[in-house]
Amino acid sequence: MDKVIEIKNLSFFYPDGHQGLQNINLAVYPGENVAVIGPNGAGKSTLLLHLNGILRGNSMVKIFGLPVEERNLKEIRRKVGLVFQDPEDQLFSLTVFDDVAFGPLNMGYSELEIKQRVKQALKWVGMTGYEQRSPHHLSIGEKKRIAIATVLSLSPELLILDEPTSNLDPKSKWALIELLRQLPMTKIVAAHDLELVKALCQRAVVLDEGEIVTDGSTERILNDISLLRAHGLAPEKKMAQAPG
Amino acid sequence: MKHSFIDQYSDLDSLIHRLDPRTKFIASLAFVMVLTPIRNCQAFAFYFGLIATLLIISRLPPLYVLKRSLLIFPFVLLIAIFIPFFKPGEVAGSYNIWLWQVSVTYDGLLVLANVVIKAWLCILSLILLSATTKFADLLRGLKQLGIPKVIILILSFMYRYIFVLVDEVMRMRRARDSRNFGGGRLRQLRTLGNMLGTLFIRSYERGERVYAAMLARGFDGEVRSLHQLNFKRIDAYFGVTFGLVLLSSGILFW
Repeated sequence: MDKVIEIKNLSFFYPDGHQGLQNINLAVYPGENVAVIGPNGAGKSTLLLHLNGILRGNSMVKIFGLPVEERNLKEIRRKVGLVFQDPEDQLFSLTVFDDVAFGPLNMGYSELEIKQRVKQALKWVGMTGYEQRSPHHLSIGEKKRIAIATVLSLSPELLILDEPTSNLDPKSKWALIELLRQLPMTKIVAAHDLELVKALCQRAVVLDEGEIVTDGSTERILNDISLLRAHGLAPEKKMAQAPG
Repeated sequence: MKHSFIDQYSDLDSLIHRLDPRTKFIASLAFVMVLTPIRNCQAFAFYFGLIATLLIISRLPPLYVLKRSLLIFPFVLLIAIFIPFFKPGEVAGSYNIWLWQVSVTYDGLLVLANVVIKAWLCILSLILLSATTKFADLLRGLKQLGIPKVIILILSFMYRYIFVLVDEVMRMRRARDSRNFGGGRLRQLRTLGNMLGTLFIRSYERGERVYAAMLARGFDGEVRSLHQLNFKRIDAYFGVTFGLVLLSSGILFW
């Protein structure tokens, strides 16, 4: 089967010399939903930024068989939708329409097609009718949805989400998880929200200090309390109930 | 946090709202230009009547317009206030301030009044323009009028992120105030300096993240846009009428 993502021996150093990623090996197949879990600063976001060539490390990263190189960037960025953690960064236009249309516009689609894509993307995330709203006036839950729509408008084959449920209240969070479950493409989700991981992904990769610690079924990893504890994903000791 | 935007009344519906942003922009510019050489009172009354009529047609709340104009006014005053002291002519009064003797002239006061009234009329016309046009539409109009895309992009980012930054400052201020237990003025200044530095770094980092988000969606340095504005019949009517009014008034008053 064709691999969606193939990473071999990827290491990455930040400009200040600090090591971000160390010897990463990863293969992801079509239709998989893979969670990348790990504590703060483990290198999750850094890894995601390698998947569409915004950062480029020392080694071979192939996306849909295409090596991540200058000449393939446009094609890769069309196929890979990357949703950033903070929707304020993702939504930089004055209207929702302009933001959702930004990707298709850069790909040079016709005006008619762009309008159809925007309409379809907003429909997918349940935000039809928000075209002329200004992103600043939306609630966080709405912003997150629009942020997802901004990449859906490119009909990506791989969807990458960085902490999609951060800052959401439980109701908006579960609505978002439901929305993500219905999207058919391959998904990579960076998170430390284990509820989200459990509900969405069959496979999980534990990342700590820039290295992959474990790669396996979500069920096995989430039940391995000592593993979770060792990598900052569960409380140190079995915590007592809240006092009182 | 909620902020009032300069285009908060742009969702109303009126003749003025329905005009093409370019028509409004050019009309405002023409208004300011015709106003510049004017120096008699009747003319000012006429132009005030004109702008007041347009403001009434636009259905903007009068109090809002007044408040807005007063908000900008101090800037005008700051520049204009020195005029009466420097204009030579018949002296209206003279004062001793410490070592200097300064005198105010009648001519100077006249020029001051003239400048202040003009500035106020211009401000009113700009409020009419900015309050009845969505900022995104205004930028679109400016782009089609040939303003460089980079400038449009900068203005658009500025408008998009200014309140995000304001929120950030407010949060930082709260965090400071909740931990501030007095201290000398020097220390407070140092805190302020730190806050400014932090704000700069945060904005810089946000800029990098926004740019990454643009790259992720295929941005390659080329600014593309979709909407083309179209002049409607109403723009022609308004343009011709307003142009004729300005022209005839110009002939009358110059």
